[in-house]
Amino acid sequence: MTTDDFGNAGFSRRRALATGAAGLALAASSFRINILKAQEGPIRIGFPCPLTGPYGAEAQNQVMAAQLAVQEFNDAGGLNGRKAELLPRDDKLNPGEAATRTLELIENDKVNFIVGSLSASVQLAINNITKERKVIFNSISQSDAINEASDFSRYTFHEAMNPHMTAGAVGRYAFSKLGKKVVYLLADYAYGYEMARGFQRAGKDLGAETLAEIKHPLGTTDFSTLLPRIQAMRPDILCIINFGRDQQISVKQATDFGLKRNTKIIVPVMLYTARVAGGAQAFDGVVGGTSYYWGLEDKVASAKKFNDAFRKMHRGAIPTDYGAMGYGGVRTLLEAAKMAGTTDTEKVVDAMEALKYDYYKGPQYYRKCDHQSVQSVFILQSKSKDMKTPEDVFDIVHTEEPSESVLRSCAELGHKA
Amino acid sequence: MLAGLTPDLIALQLFTGLALGAVYVLLSIGLSLIFGMLTVVNFAHGAFYMIGAYIGLYALSIGANFWVALLVVPVAVGLVGLAVERVLIRPLYGRGIDYPLLLTFGLGYVMIEVVRIIFGRTGYPFDTPELLQGAVDIWVGYFPLYRLFIIAATAVVLAGLYLFLEKTSFGLIIRAGARDPQIVRILGVDVSKVWLIVFGIGTGIAGLAGLLAAPLQGVAPEMGATILAEAFVVTVVGGMGSLLGAVLAGLLVGVVVSMTSLFAPEMAKVSIFALMAVVLLVRPQGFFGRAGLMS
Repeated sequence: MTTDDFGNAGFSRRRALATGAAGLALAASSFRINILKAQEGPIRIGFPCPLTGPYGAEAQNQVMAAQLAVQEFNDAGGLNGRKAELLPRDDKLNPGEAATRTLELIENDKVNFIVGSLSASVQLAINNITKERKVIFNSISQSDAINEASDFSRYTFHEAMNPHMTAGAVGRYAFSKLGKKVVYLLADYAYGYEMARGFQRAGKDLGAETLAEIKHPLGTTDFSTLLPRIQAMRPDILCIINFGRDQQISVKQATDFGLKRNTKIIVPVMLYTARVAGGAQAFDGVVGGTSYYWGLEDKVASAKKFNDAFRKMHRGAIPTDYGAMGYGGVRTLLEAAKMAGTTDTEKVVDAMEALKYDYYKGPQYYRKCDHQSVQSVFILQSKSKDMKTPEDVFDIVHTEEPSESVLRSCAELGHKA
Repeated sequence: MLAGLTPDLIALQLFTGLALGAVYVLLSIGLSLIFGMLTVVNFAHGAFYMIGAYIGLYALSIGANFWVALLVVPVAVGLVGLAVERVLIRPLYGRGIDYPLLLTFGLGYVMIEVVRIIFGRTGYPFDTPELLQGAVDIWVGYFPLYRLFIIAATAVVLAGLYLFLEKTSFGLIIRAGARDPQIVRILGVDVSKVWLIVFGIGTGIAGLAGLLAAPLQGVAPEMGATILAEAFVVTVVGGMGSLLGAVLAGLLVGVVVSMTSLFAPEMAKVSIFALMAVVLLVRPQGFFGRAGLMS
């Protein structure tokens, strides 16, 4: 203990820093040693995600998929023999915790890149740190704010979709195919508002009419008292905007109240795990968007390849939507490093910006101004019949091809040029 | 926003509130029973509720039907309750109200973690039994049959409990023991055995409530956490330890939530705590609570 407290180099370095010019020179030299070390050792990728808590299962799948990306990179010889290494950390779905873990990953573990997160607020907390430390962060959970000029930095990438494009895609499909009179049932926080805005924007051009916007508190376990009024309004579409258990319970109870008789239920994001936990009966016929579904493998070659490798590595398990983004988020960085021939941050950023890739879901690329991954959005319908395996829970009813036109424009996000 | 507020809708809303109230009554009755008789504030109530749902899920997975589960679950959860009382809570009697409170608080977390280890973190679906699926016309609108069934089940549990406590000699001993354990002990009754059984019944009802709630919301390790707060509000509003109070308070809370949902849905969750605050200001012991029970 005493050697730790008094004898280590960190202490003397810190003291040297405080003693003027000589100290400055010393600090600079040790800084260079650090960089050198980072260039020679394994490529380290910090991976904060909520391993414990309500999204634990999702986070686990994210890690599994990220491990696959690392393994494939290493099997292919790495970066001129330099191997990669994944450092998963539990952020407990808490922005403060995530910031601390990220700082540790950068300071103590000297990671080259950060990939991860599974919540809008957590990813913004991580982004604040990485932005300041000039470390590349590839976010794999949904957020609109991360694209906006105020939160964005040259080191910020967003492999996940954002609420604007997800809600837009589902809205464009639903309002043109399923009806125009819409009631929104949304969770009373930023995610709910962002998604509702996305739907309403898409609905404006298609003549959709908002009958009511009903906000429910987060973590509601009984929606029965909200349903009679919704039923009385006789909407064509009930758009339920919430997440996790809230989504499961609200969809189930809406079904129990017989809402599906006259109304189609749509959700912005239909997660594989939520559908499995919610049950075929409750989710039957529900329409929602996703960034990835394993059933894509029938049409997309890269999805087939990704699924097969995932199954092989993880004893037959399949990658989930969030899992696939973990794979994409890590693989893009490793490939960019390969292209750049180095892990030097500035050069990898340039390589990321130039990257055109198709690793798991069809063609993608990062838009120059906000580093948003331009990608296809899939519209799913949940089914209760004709399921070939227990994993066969959705039909892909529509694919919205990748296009910058479905994103908010660079100018709108506050980016110059 | 309030256009289309027809009398039918208001009537249906009121009925939905009463039906939700029945769920609240069922949630809080076990908590209230244990507190009223043992002055033990059972913070693991939500966890017993949750394992009720999981035991039901397990029973169904090995081939039992829902009706068998309705009998098996309260007994199984009650047995867990007996073990908990005998081993963990009994040594704490006479040590002040906060000892068992802290113990059950920790126990609740342990139970949730154990369930997570055995069944995993993600929840499971729990289909409504086939006989009770669908919605029926109740004049003012359609209402899920299963929720009507819960009202009936709650009535049966309450009637059974009432008959047991008021009409049997064992019930008489329980009531006497709640009022003055020392005198009952002097009369030659083994009070510790009485308390053991009351704890078993209270947790058994919690387990039953969990099973009955499973078709409403599915099954998940965290399902007991939110209901614990609701059950406490009902118990406090009704008066700690009063069964009649719990029934009236449960129904009232249901109606308050329902009416708030109609006019200001985002306030629904806050409304029950606002109700509790008002009741505590006007009548600190709740509707039917004995004053000074907590001191």
